[in-house]
Amino acid sequence: MINSVWLIPLFPLIGVLFNGFFGKKLPEKVVGWFGSLMVGFSFIVACLAFFELLGMDAEHRSVTVPVFNWLVSGSLSAAASILVDPLSCVMMLVVAGVSFLIHIYSIGYMHGDNGFARYFTYLNLFVFFMLTLVMGDNYLVMFIGWEGVGLCSYLLIGFWFEDDEKANAGKKAFIVNRIGDFGFLVGIMLMFTTFGTINFLGVFQRAAFFPVGSGVITAITLCLFLGAVGKSAQIPLYVWLPDAMAGPTPVSALIHAATMVTAGVYMVARSNILYSLAPASLYVVAIVGAATAIFAATIGLVQNDIKKVLAYSTVSQLGYMFLACGVGAFGVGIFHLVTHAFFKALLFLGSGSVIHAMSGEQDIRRMGGLKNKIPITFATFFIATLAISGIPGLSGFFSKDEILFKAFASGHTWIWLIGLVAAALTAFYMFRLVFLTFYGQFRGEKSVAAHIHESPPSMTIPLIILAVLSIIGGYIGLPRALAGGAWFEGWLEPVLTHPELHGLHETTAHPALSTEYLLMALSIVVALVGILLAYQMYRKDPDMPGRLANRLKTTYNVLLHKYYVDEIYNAAVVQPLLKISDILSDLFDMKGIDGLVNGVGWIIVATGKGVRRIQTGFVQNYALFMGMGILILLGYLLFK
Amino acid sequence: MVSLPHYLVLSAILFCLGVIGVLTRKNILIIFMCIELMLNSVNLTFIAFARHLGNVEGQIFVFFVMAVAAAEVAVGLAIIVVLFRFKNSVDIDSLNIMKW
Amino acid sequence: MEAILFWVFAVTAIVSALVVILAKNPITSALGLIVTFFVLAGYYVLLSAQFLAAVQVIVYAGAIMVLFLFVIMLLNLQKLPDMFPQKRTGFLLGIAVGGVFFLMALKALTGISVTGSPSQIDVDMGSSANLGTRLFTTYLLPFEIASVLLLSAIIGAVVLIRQSPDTDQTPEA
Repeated sequence: MINSVWLIPLFPLIGVLFNGFFGKKLPEKVVGWFGSLMVGFSFIVACLAFFELLGMDAEHRSVTVPVFNWLVSGSLSAAASILVDPLSCVMMLVVAGVSFLIHIYSIGYMHGDNGFARYFTYLNLFVFFMLTLVMGDNYLVMFIGWEGVGLCSYLLIGFWFEDDEKANAGKKAFIVNRIGDFGFLVGIMLMFTTFGTINFLGVFQRAAFFPVGSGVITAITLCLFLGAVGKSAQIPLYVWLPDAMAGPTPVSALIHAATMVTAGVYMVARSNILYSLAPASLYVVAIVGAATAIFAATIGLVQNDIKKVLAYSTVSQLGYMFLACGVGAFGVGIFHLVTHAFFKALLFLGSGSVIHAMSGEQDIRRMGGLKNKIPITFATFFIATLAISGIPGLSGFFSKDEILFKAFASGHTWIWLIGLVAAALTAFYMFRLVFLTFYGQFRGEKSVAAHIHESPPSMTIPLIILAVLSIIGGYIGLPRALAGGAWFEGWLEPVLTHPELHGLHETTAHPALSTEYLLMALSIVVALVGILLAYQMYRKDPDMPGRLANRLKTTYNVLLHKYYVDEIYNAAVVQPLLKISDILSDLFDMKGIDGLVNGVGWIIVATGKGVRRIQTGFVQNYALFMGMGILILLGYLLFK
Repeated sequence: MVSLPHYLVLSAILFCLGVIGVLTRKNILIIFMCIELMLNSVNLTFIAFARHLGNVEGQIFVFFVMAVAAAEVAVGLAIIVVLFRFKNSVDIDSLNIMKW
Repeated sequence: MEAILFWVFAVTAIVSALVVILAKNPITSALGLIVTFFVLAGYYVLLSAQFLAAVQVIVYAGAIMVLFLFVIMLLNLQKLPDMFPQKRTGFLLGIAVGGVFFLMALKALTGISVTGSPSQIDVDMGSSANLGTRLFTTYLLPFEIASVLLLSAIIGAVVLIRQSPDTDQTPEA
């Protein structure tokens, strides 16, 4: 099956063509199920490939499946090949699996929308590109997928493009991503000039000969990380993600929670050998990750739109993943990627279900008391909240706890501390969300209240499946400390650790088991503190948030307005750029080029006007010119 | 001793006087006369050469030049008369419609 | 003897050419031109072109200039055009062109050295017998064509002057 692994991206592509050309004329059910089944087939093939890979022994788990010879130009050769190894397998399964569930969910959610067929076309296209991204065996194919998912993100965020605001959100996402893409491309070019190849295996082999901390590799990794910062919404390029909530909720779940935004983490993990060779870049990754984690968490504390809270939560959790990679624990970063995909997708889909029930209302201040009216949604949402808050027994606990442990073990204690505080904040704002949405009295309109209803099975079944995954998904990475086999890390080990690079991977001094238990306990305590605080503020004493907001007015306002980052960017970057382009367009385009082109015309006309005056009409003038001409000729003949 | 260059220089003087007349005078008839002057100076050149080279061809050529000049004068004066009928003036500057 | 004649004729020719180009009245110019023609005829005799000298007097001075005088008087000019026109530049340029032409001619012509010596003068070279023989043998074709040319000139002149029978003598142009 591994040799037919090219089927995996092919199925969604078929879906694109089918729904793209015929979707408009077919009934919704056909379009929706066709698209979903295509992704389903991809998932099945991915599972088969996974099992086959499982059957091979660990050293040989890296198979390159060539598809076709794409780019051969001089010494640059980038074939369109697929690399099947543990890391790409994990990503394939997550992408195909979660996408499949979200496709099914969308059949119910997008029911009745005019652009139903268009939606499924774009969604399938996205899955195609995302699979290309994670399955490619060289940086150029990855970049194709990278750009492709950026495009689909734009198309899907601005899906309801008749609304200017939504269309602008799509534009913003694409443009901010471009900044990151520029870094990525520069990184690829540097890589090519340094290593002569952009194939993963080729680059990693040659990189091993470089000294640690080499300037070139630091430059490459920083450039690549710029790409990751854009795609995975880290500081300073995260501003597009909250705006991206303008798209349909399943899109937010798929693209902006589970898959696309994790592409940056995947890229960093894939390039782990390069990052290990550039400790400075790794440090930058860790700092950016940690800063983003806590920064976004603070903003999420006071947001009032259900999707915006989840958006900032996503940014924060992505920060955690980069934090993990930054301290050298790439496998743990991927682990968190997987568990996050489960519970964040679930949270978004659940919020979609809530919005569906609330007839489109998204402000949590107008919700409340929904837990009995939409029980399945509530139950699954609650499970996901427990998972993200790091409650033991659920997947989020294992992955987040591993990250904090590795951060502590790396020796950078302050990174661990930031992660811990952010965990507390996470628990707080997630439970705030739950309490305000599902508990208490309903605070919305009467007309809305009358229509509250549970979502159809096409929407609730994916919720349930994801809830189950959010619970059991963590056990694949159960750490040894808790009598587990640390299976997940072991599975990824051949890709992420390189014993030949001795002394590189500061095999972080394994702290004592007791320290590990202590840290585990600390993170549980911190999570509980957050939950209790939320309980206090939003259940027991509902006026408390209001009083606090009044007392700390400025802080509250700054947080509510997201630190005014968007306004700052607008003033510092966007407006000056627009002004410059105005000036340049006037200078170069209007005056310069138009002037040149018109000038040519003007010159010709003016010359004509001038030259024609030679024809005076007076015969003697003509005779005079003839005479002068003859003189010139004679002169030439006589004096040459 | 009068030799060829003398005749040639004299001929050149007459020719240039003819050119100046053509380019300077405003009366069509006088311009025409100056053209005749130029033709004659060339005739002189031909005959001078014929004499000094011992070749009679020069004189034959002058014969034909005279014939052509006669024909040309006839037709030219006819044209001038017709022009006079239209413009009622012999000023060459009045014939200025061949312009932009 | 020849030298004296040459110089006398030369001065006369130049003076009368100057009269042609400087005279205000066209009749004066025409008379000057006639004098020039006569002088040239004298030169032709000096240069052993007797026949041509006679033709010169008969055709040029006798026919062409008479034609000129006829036309001048026919036009009956009341107002003569200005001698010195408004635009000085054209005027001066014309003189300049003539002058430069002369200088170039000087350069061209004085450099010529003639091998053929005047000692072997054949006085009969330009006699009518000699010329006639040549014209009717070697140069027969050009001769005949010249006659056709004269015929076409006659016809051309008549056609140009002719007015349509039904219109008046002087059309309202």
